[in-house]
Amino acid sequence: MNPVHLALIPGLPLAAVALNLLLGDRLGRRRVSWLACGAVGLSFMLAVRAALRLAGMPEENRSIVETLYTWMRVGDFSARVSFLLDPLSSVMALVVTGVGFLIHVYSVGYMANDASFRRFFLYLNLFMFAMLTLVLADNFLLMFVGWEGVGLCSYLLIGFWYQRPSAAEAGKKAFIVNRIGDFGFILGMLVLFVHAGSLDYARLFAVAPQVFAFGSAAITTATLLLFLGATGKSAQIPLYTWLPDAMEGPTPVSALIHAATMVTAGVYMVARTHVLFQLAPLSLETVALIGAATALLAATIGIAQNDIKRVLAYSTVSQLGYMFMACGVGAFTAGIFHLMTHAFFKALLFLGAGSVIHALSDEQDLRRMGGLARRIPWTHGTMLVATLAIAGIPPFAGFFSKDEILGSAFASGHPGVWLAGLVGAVLTSFYMFRLYILCFRGESRVSREAGHHVHEPPPSMLVPLVILAALSVVGGFVGPPMQEGGHAFERWMRPVFESGAGGAAAGHAVSHATEWVLIAMSVAAAGVGILLAFQIYLNQPSLATQLQQRWSAVHRVLFNKYWVDELYNAVVVSPVYRISQRLWKLWDEKVVDGAVNGVGYTLEGISSVLRLFQTGFVGTYALFFALGVLVLLFHLVRH
Amino acid sequence: MIPLSWPLLLSAVVFVIGLVGVLVRRNALVIFMSIELMLNAGNLAFVAFARQMNSLDGQVFVFFVMTVAAAEVAIGLAIIVNLFRLRESVFVDEINLLRG
Repeated sequence: MNPVHLALIPGLPLAAVALNLLLGDRLGRRRVSWLACGAVGLSFMLAVRAALRLAGMPEENRSIVETLYTWMRVGDFSARVSFLLDPLSSVMALVVTGVGFLIHVYSVGYMANDASFRRFFLYLNLFMFAMLTLVLADNFLLMFVGWEGVGLCSYLLIGFWYQRPSAAEAGKKAFIVNRIGDFGFILGMLVLFVHAGSLDYARLFAVAPQVFAFGSAAITTATLLLFLGATGKSAQIPLYTWLPDAMEGPTPVSALIHAATMVTAGVYMVARTHVLFQLAPLSLETVALIGAATALLAATIGIAQNDIKRVLAYSTVSQLGYMFMACGVGAFTAGIFHLMTHAFFKALLFLGAGSVIHALSDEQDLRRMGGLARRIPWTHGTMLVATLAIAGIPPFAGFFSKDEILGSAFASGHPGVWLAGLVGAVLTSFYMFRLYILCFRGESRVSREAGHHVHEPPPSMLVPLVILAALSVVGGFVGPPMQEGGHAFERWMRPVFESGAGGAAAGHAVSHATEWVLIAMSVAAAGVGILLAFQIYLNQPSLATQLQQRWSAVHRVLFNKYWVDELYNAVVVSPVYRISQRLWKLWDEKVVDGAVNGVGYTLEGISSVLRLFQTGFVGTYALFFALGVLVLLFHLVRH
Repeated sequence: MIPLSWPLLLSAVVFVIGLVGVLVRRNALVIFMSIELMLNAGNLAFVAFARQMNSLDGQVFVFFVMTVAAAEVAIGLAIIVNLFRLRESVFVDEINLLRG
């Protein structure tokens, strides 16, 4: 069979990076944008071709492994640079390249007036390379390369406007917080390697059931450590604090990295290693609980934020919580399904927000928006679609995936998780419609100056919005509920998720009647949130302030994000900082610098004597030479 | 037949003249000539010993020494010419950039 050239999928963006670096500013903006978008577009087509090839194969061996070369071989350990295409990685590759391509196109318009246009696309393409390596890798080590690569690009792009101190700080925060998670990831890999002797998915998953006893301490430790890595990358409790700050980056970056793709890497990783997680019920419970807690916590914070991008950031954290919730209750398909639909509507929300910010000359505060619906109708329309999708209103994409998560949580016997998800759904639709109303409806609170040049964005920004809106509408229909033998998406994913031990965990059947009730309840939850939002923010705008005063304590807690940042600062950051300061003064300045300077002073002392011999006169040297020869001769003659 | 000590004595005298010349003179050219003196003192000793011991080895060595001396002159003069171009001087006590 012909090779599919999987390496080209991440390879093309990397080639674009190289060209961009080599040709430099000689390219000019036009060609830079063609190069960057073209590479990702081609990657997308290759991913489509690969997925079609995969679909043409018989269901039971739907996976393609292509090895590029052996990276290293030490003893009986070897790591190969090889790529794995199976239903899971093909969905990820399609989402990453597809949504990524649209965001690249959008960025051409959004960044058109930025001085560092070329650098932006350089980083963006580098990110695509790293992300695609992450999802297509067929072993943990290569995945880790991608994992760190996306972290680096995230750092670079959050701090893209490095002249702003807040952006530089946010970049550092994201990097350092992620480092904690990555530490867990590395340790998790080590535990797996020590026990199973391999980091290749195929071998690891094949031997895992024999090596690890069900629920043993080793596998629980390994999976919990891996999950720690996931909490860092995917912004879950306790490492979620970097994501809201990451909104300092340009908005397309927030859409691409901090909503649609990179932050879902943790979910992908848990789904990819589901064989291991299913051997460790305790870890799965933890994943479900952390997911549910994060979904709730972030949703409550989202209610009280005023920055349009921060609301969306907390919403992302919350939605990622839903995905982990799904993985935790064993419904990996539902998690990946929500990952996909979320990529559509959250990317759309961010791009729409970017369009609003663009229209209002860089205004991000919801309190200075309002009444924009008629001024920018296309942006408004697409944003409304996305808001309905995330709120979970049928038939938009978010409804199907979120409903499936809630249904699985209920069916798998986690009523607590289900309830948290349901409450989260109310909150989600509430804060999303709060954002929508404050931004597009009601009285305009736009400042006079910004109000003058409110305008629709150029076509390069508008077209991606429309395409994403279409995907947000129809994207859910690959997985409608209550299909005999599972819906299309589930059937596509089945080869991946049923290979492992107890892979049928998602298949807890509930009767159709129960399912109808569950659907009705989640739709009702969304409806309640929407009604509340309309009542409070549109019909009686005074009610909002009244409520805020009545519940001022609650509002303060939410507005200040539960003081988690302050807590981390007090408990972790400042002690570390103080200890480092102490060590710096004591160890670095006294001991290390002392030793180095001491060596220097000693040598200088010795050489100040020795330099007397170096007169610079050849005659003197010759004299010493002659005297030396004389002494030698004398010595020889005497014996 | 003159005894071996005579040419050896002459060789030693020429060598010491050369050595003292290298040590005390300032002009690089004269130092150079002094070095040639030392080399030729060595040659003389070689020839004397060769004759004494009825062996051609010493005489052959002299040819090597002359060849090396010729090469050395070529390089040395080139250095001195360059030195003069740079510093307009061939006095070695004025060339002391490497003084510590």
